[in-house]
Amino acid sequence: MTGATSDKELILKLSNVSKQFGAVTALDGIDMEVHKGEVVALVGDNGAGKSTLVKILAGVHAKTSGTIEFEGREVEIGTPGRALELGIATVFQDLALCENLDVVANLFLGQEMNPWRLNEIEMEVRAWKLLGELAARIPSVREPIASLSGGQRQTVAIARSLLLDPEIIMLDEPTAALGVAQTAEVLNLIERVRDRGHGVILISHNMEDVRAVADRIVVLRLGKNNGTFGPDASQEELVSAITGATDNSVSRRAKARDAASSVEEGAK
Amino acid sequence: MSDTQKFDRADSRVREDTGLAGAARAFVDRVRSGDLGMIPVILGLIVIAVVFTSLNPVFMRPQNLTNLLFDAAAVGLISLGVVFCLLLGEIDLSIGSMSGVASAILGVLWVSVGIPWPLAILAALAAGAFTGLVYAALLNRFGMPSFVSTLAGLLALLGLQLFLLGNSGSINLPFQSFLIRFGQILVMPGWLSYLLALVPGLVIFVFGMQTRSERAAANLSVPAMSVLVAKAASLTAVILIAVWYLNQGRGVPYMFVFFVLLVTGMEYILTRTQFGRSIFAVGGNREAARRAGIKVERIRIYAFMICSTFAAAGGILAASRLASASRQAGTGDVNLNAIAAAVIGGTSLFGGRGSAWSALLGVLVIQAISNGLTLLNLSSSLRYMILGAVLALAVIVDSLARQSRASHGRA
Ligand SMILES: Nc1ncnc2c1ncn2[C@@H]1O[C@H](COP(=O)(O)OP(=O)(O)O)[C@@H](O)[C@H]1O
Ligand SMILES: [Mg+2]
Repeated sequence: MTGATSDKELILKLSNVSKQFGAVTALDGIDMEVHKGEVVALVGDNGAGKSTLVKILAGVHAKTSGTIEFEGREVEIGTPGRALELGIATVFQDLALCENLDVVANLFLGQEMNPWRLNEIEMEVRAWKLLGELAARIPSVREPIASLSGGQRQTVAIARSLLLDPEIIMLDEPTAALGVAQTAEVLNLIERVRDRGHGVILISHNMEDVRAVADRIVVLRLGKNNGTFGPDASQEELVSAITGATDNSVSRRAKARDAASSVEEGAK
Repeated sequence: MSDTQKFDRADSRVREDTGLAGAARAFVDRVRSGDLGMIPVILGLIVIAVVFTSLNPVFMRPQNLTNLLFDAAAVGLISLGVVFCLLLGEIDLSIGSMSGVASAILGVLWVSVGIPWPLAILAALAAGAFTGLVYAALLNRFGMPSFVSTLAGLLALLGLQLFLLGNSGSINLPFQSFLIRFGQILVMPGWLSYLLALVPGLVIFVFGMQTRSERAAANLSVPAMSVLVAKAASLTAVILIAVWYLNQGRGVPYMFVFFVLLVTGMEYILTRTQFGRSIFAVGGNREAARRAGIKVERIRIYAFMICSTFAAAGGILAASRLASASRQAGTGDVNLNAIAAAVIGGTSLFGGRGSAWSALLGVLVIQAISNGLTLLNLSSSLRYMILGAVLALAVIVDSLARQSRASHGRA
């Protein structure tokens, strides 16, 4: 296991964080660190607890135990508003958009300019600029979210997380519904955010994407830490950490393929 | 494509709806997709006018229409309040009883105790605000669905009303007071009503021009001048004709203008403030609103308090209209009339869609039906049945429009 360490300033540190949903232990003693200007990929099979971890950091769920340190101070993230205040922005897996409101209203929800006389024009202009940065293909920002495609909605959710210029941005499977160009654009964006010195937590099932942008890959399995890898980790290493076995369906397929082309396979 | 590309016209898929023809085309598209807007109301009003006038010509006489507007203000205020609950996807079934309690408080404090009426009104409004606070607390603390808590409240408030009125059962309010004249006879002088009739069109025009220049400065597309002028002019024409017609009889009641002013104020709050935006967000997707940092529980508190306070205000207008606070006040069809008015006016029972205007438009429909049926000397049994059917129809239209919107991809 190669745990790449970062000498950059620490933003977020989780120690021994656990989350219980009734009888289900969704997270069990999770440790994780995010530094400035670093992309941490969070990978794991379905149900590993990735989204739960993100929701705890976003203030959606309360952790059962453990500590969270943000910029050196221990913090309680009791509400989503608190997370936003700290500078933790989130693109949720289910996007969390209001279908009855238009794109501008969704982007600025809770952060409207000029609360007692909404500045619709300024908000619309900023919406176009923000979406432009993402190379978004959204025909009109005055249409309700309900009329947008899945990918367009995802772009809106990503744009919204950037609005407040957060310290850390967490993206829960942000490219799942995106096309080729859009995925590349989001990966570019992640790099831009990182280069600005912010931290990024990226959840994705696409190992290619993960390896392309991540500085560190944190594997969760059944709610526990199951290793930290550098971006140069091999596919087999990652897969075995994710599935928890050196002999798993993915490696068996690889073996069969390798055997067929009679290439000697090197075990880890 | 020019180099002065507007932000919102960069995508080649967006059809440019310019000018009057463009506005008409966009309107037809919206209606087709289930965004009916004011159409059901306007059709409804025309049908009602034609039917009732053919049955009894008195219906369209200016005196009767002035009467109708006097009657509409009280239920209209109650309806305006319930819009806030409906937008959240909640409901308040106790607004009728709340209005009854408010009228009882007014009667007892003003007549029996002898407190000046403005203070009595304040007390009644405070009772309304407190009731709303209780409903919101029950929902926030115990997750008690609002239709249950307010149904319980309906009964409890009715009990309170009977208790306050005691054995007398009814308290007559002083005829000579301003409050009662406001509710029964005060109408605007002609010149003032004509002057006020010009205001809405002027406001639309001036603010429309301001928005146009601001949008142009921000490099956004600018709505056509012709559409703006047509809107302002047609609205002014409609209001002027209505005012002129009413002035052939008794004139325009101050009470109704008061109601319209409140509707305008609430429309501003709903569409132009962060609070209003939050109400729509919570009604559309509560969890999304919460994750955006909106304090959902606080929004609920305000919405329920606004709702009950307007119900109390409506009760006070009803008392001043009748010059009495009685056991019957706020009972019977008041509750459902107010809710039906909001729904008929286009506020969805499913939350997240609607406007303050819906209370104004809907209450005109409801009150026109009610008034017409009274003119026909129909017994209240038939009136209840017919109004019940109208409410059912309004909800069916609401549901169908919702399904249509879903299939056309417009929430
Ligand atoms: N709100 C909830 N209530 C109860 N159990 C939950 C809840 N959210 C998630 N879980 C459980 O927690 C585990 C982890 O889920 P999740 O974090 O969504 O996984 P992932 O995002 O890695 O696929 C699952 O077993 C899931 O059933
Ligand atoms: Mg997940």
